[in-house]
Amino acid sequence: METRGTRELRALRPRNGRRDRRAREEPRPRLDSLRAGDDRPWHPFQADTLEGMPVESLFPRLEALLPKVQKPIQYVGGELNSTVKDWDSAGVRWALMYPDAYEVGLPNQGVQILYEILNELPETLAERTYAVWPDLEALMRAEGVPQFTVDAHRPVRAFDVLGLSFSTELGYTNMLTALDLAGIPLRAADRGDDDPIVLAGGHAAFNPEPIADFLDAAVLGDGEQIAIAITEVVREWKAEGSPGGRDELLMRLAESGGVYVPRFYDVDYHPDGRIRRIAPNRPGVPWRVHKHTVMDLDEWPYPKKPLVPLAETVHERFSVEIFRGCTRGCRFCQAGMITRPVRERSITTIGDMVDAGIRASGFNEVGLLSLSSADHSEIGDVAKGLADRYEGTNTSLSLPSTRVDAFNIDLANEFSRNGRRSGLTFAPEGGSERMRKVINKMVTEEDLIRTVTTAYSQGWRQVKLYFMCGLPTEEDADVLGIADLAKKVIQAGREATGSRDVRCTVSIGGFVPKPHTPFQWAAQADHETVDRRLKALKDSLRGDKEYGRAIGLRYHDGKPSIVEGLLSRGDRRVGAVIRAVWEDGGRFDGWSEHFSYQRWMDAAAKAGVDVDWYTTREREENEVLPWDHLDAGLDREWLWQDWQDAVNDVEVEDCRWTPCYDCGVCPTMGTEIQIGPTGRKLLPLTVV
Amino acid sequence: MAQRLRVRYAKRGRLRFTSHRDISRALERALRRADVPVAFSAGFSPHPKISYVGAAAPTGVASEAEYLEISVTRECDPGGLRAALDASLPPGLDVLDVVEAGTGSLADRLECSAWRIRLPGADPALARAAVERFNAAERIEVERLTKKGMRRFDAREAVVSLEAAEEAETTAGQASSQSCVILRMVVRHATPAVRPDDVLTGLRLVADFAPPVPPEVTRLAQGPLDVRTGAPADPFGLDRDNSRGGETEPVSEHVGGDL
Ligand code: SF4
Repeated sequence: METRGTRELRALRPRNGRRDRRAREEPRPRLDSLRAGDDRPWHPFQADTLEGMPVESLFPRLEALLPKVQKPIQYVGGELNSTVKDWDSAGVRWALMYPDAYEVGLPNQGVQILYEILNELPETLAERTYAVWPDLEALMRAEGVPQFTVDAHRPVRAFDVLGLSFSTELGYTNMLTALDLAGIPLRAADRGDDDPIVLAGGHAAFNPEPIADFLDAAVLGDGEQIAIAITEVVREWKAEGSPGGRDELLMRLAESGGVYVPRFYDVDYHPDGRIRRIAPNRPGVPWRVHKHTVMDLDEWPYPKKPLVPLAETVHERFSVEIFRGCTRGCRFCQAGMITRPVRERSITTIGDMVDAGIRASGFNEVGLLSLSSADHSEIGDVAKGLADRYEGTNTSLSLPSTRVDAFNIDLANEFSRNGRRSGLTFAPEGGSERMRKVINKMVTEEDLIRTVTTAYSQGWRQVKLYFMCGLPTEEDADVLGIADLAKKVIQAGREATGSRDVRCTVSIGGFVPKPHTPFQWAAQADHETVDRRLKALKDSLRGDKEYGRAIGLRYHDGKPSIVEGLLSRGDRRVGAVIRAVWEDGGRFDGWSEHFSYQRWMDAAAKAGVDVDWYTTREREENEVLPWDHLDAGLDREWLWQDWQDAVNDVEVEDCRWTPCYDCGVCPTMGTEIQIGPTGRKLLPLTVV
Repeated sequence: MAQRLRVRYAKRGRLRFTSHRDISRALERALRRADVPVAFSAGFSPHPKISYVGAAAPTGVASEAEYLEISVTRECDPGGLRAALDASLPPGLDVLDVVEAGTGSLADRLECSAWRIRLPGADPALARAAVERFNAAERIEVERLTKKGMRRFDAREAVVSLEAAEEAETTAGQASSQSCVILRMVVRHATPAVRPDDVLTGLRLVADFAPPVPPEVTRLAQGPLDVRTGAPADPFGLDRDNSRGGETEPVSEHVGGDL
């Protein structure tokens, strides 16, 4: 069935879609979609209790609970630049959720952008909802107050679409809490026509299989255009009187290949547990679902009116994305792989957005975001232009960049013109030369020493170094190499400054193999190995009389990475673990004070899921991976070759500055690299 | 320093859940949005010269009368600044009055506060009886957890007046009306501060009076204690005598705010 909405959705398909190499078998249409047993636990907001209730503000009922909870301000909304639209005149209504606490969720760019874009559409309304802390959750359950939006405090179940943005897998249990509090059945198969379409996006949606049972749909890639396209499909379907119910709506979305509807795909397994095949189970559903790429960022200058919270949040600044994508080719980096190719925002649009955003928000800090901000083709002019423009205004600028070179220091100098030169961050990621070749982080020891020497001699007193532990092929010596490097950094600093007052902080993250990267086949290191190597590193630094006290070490133990690994590369069978953890009280897994490794292991054992099989097992080339039907554009053969190159210490260049090496994205997605320089300059602002 | 301005602002409705820190962040941003030429301190991390005067109404308590002083680097018209700042703050944080600072300390003038406490669902007869007992007492020792730990102090002496009234509250669409008690009180500022919740604790101690749901507290006014009326007078009175601009708005209609 073709409608205007579905046509537009279809138009978002990549232009030069390549033939599907993984479709080895013909589709065998089957209509018996995932069957749902009725195992829903009773809870106070079972679907029918909200039936026929007029959609009015829940605030009076919530208000009575607020004096009893921590930081009540996070639940009241009313942020500057927030929008409350008339409910009845909106044909399509979105509830947008960032499944973490308000203080983390509010600054999220993805949610803010979609919130603004959807609210700009006529007859469309978007409101936000966040995870409530356990103190309020308990009161809401006791008083029968359902999950609410913070804008107009409407019940989430009353919306047409509940869009969740997952930056990390650790928000999965919070999603279940929100669904349950909302009165929406946890399993998609149990939902009726009065329930919203539960739709996931964000980086974690590139493998939504572990939460497939709880989702109606998922979207890969940039959300701007697809959110609008989905809105139109929903609008048409509603205007026609919702023909065919929820099933037909999902079918209209799925047909395009731009929206993944898990229930329209069946997963078969080999007797040994590996996936045999993932196939559509009805006609008209494409074998593969593609990601979305916004090609011209200048056409989408959002957020224009950043939300300014009253509550304190993790980022108190106005952020502008200066480009999307990264082709440096770090093999561990899922963000870089799934957001290809590089698309820059022009220097003039950046300047205009910064100006408008500061005016609209009153923030005194501007962050220039991207995966590697120093790589913007005109970053020098951007930095100088903004530093000139805001000199003497008490507006500070920040540029998250970890590039190991002198240019990065020049930028940092520009950004700290009026301030103190406190700390600079570099990310060599691997402790030894060999390790850095494996992960394709093209930094030599010489580069690093030369760079930190420059930094220290220009007045920076503290250098922060990022590394990972548990990388593929890693040995004890590679991690101990981090200590050697840190000592050499201090030595270089002392020589450069003639002073012993230099410091270096080493931060270590646990490596987790991610889908759609060359390491998607790799064995994750077990947590005992990671912990042993970290301990050896710590001992080596502690025991050093000459340098030990100048070097700080920060790391986490290896256990949380194992849970993250299970969720990252999990398949549909992992859903039972998530649910069991949630039923056992698991909430806010991204917060160390709430996270319980034991709870996850117990739940896995209960669900009959072998955690090692999902995490520490290396996969073979031909094994069907749970996300193989989800197309990030990367050529599977190229990824495999890159994995082989990794093991053989072979590096690959950045395609922005060297010829295309056929990762597959551009031809598959019909995209191309979009970079400057434009040659334009930032104009100083005229003071009013 | 070019000029010092005194500001009276309200926190209303759902924004009563802002903490003092939340308000100070919101205010600094609003000053930037409104292009107010705030003076900054010198040093590595300059901060705007804003001082909050008097004890802030606690988180969860609404107020019609919070005070602060701002230093600006260039002369500003108080009326214009009031409007610009008010427009730059989220609705619910409302700037009511701005005057140029006269001589004398504003803090010294904030001698007492007038409070109103709504107690939905409370029994009016019991409330009246409790208030009578409270007023008749010499001393009422209460305990409260303060920053310095658990403290025991008298909640009676600082209370200049306390009375209970009844408000008939009719909920839309409902035939029945629920009783609602309104307590009004004027309390002298003391150390440790006697807050409305201390008075409620006192009522519980003297007469076992306890409201069924959390009370809704609003600070109505702060100022020098006017002995004739027994209520706080306008603390800007002295500034207004020798400065231009700045008119007090009739604020009583806004009390409680709405969503
Ligand atoms: S297809 Fe070529 S140009 Fe495009 S991102 Fe991949 S390597 Fe770079």
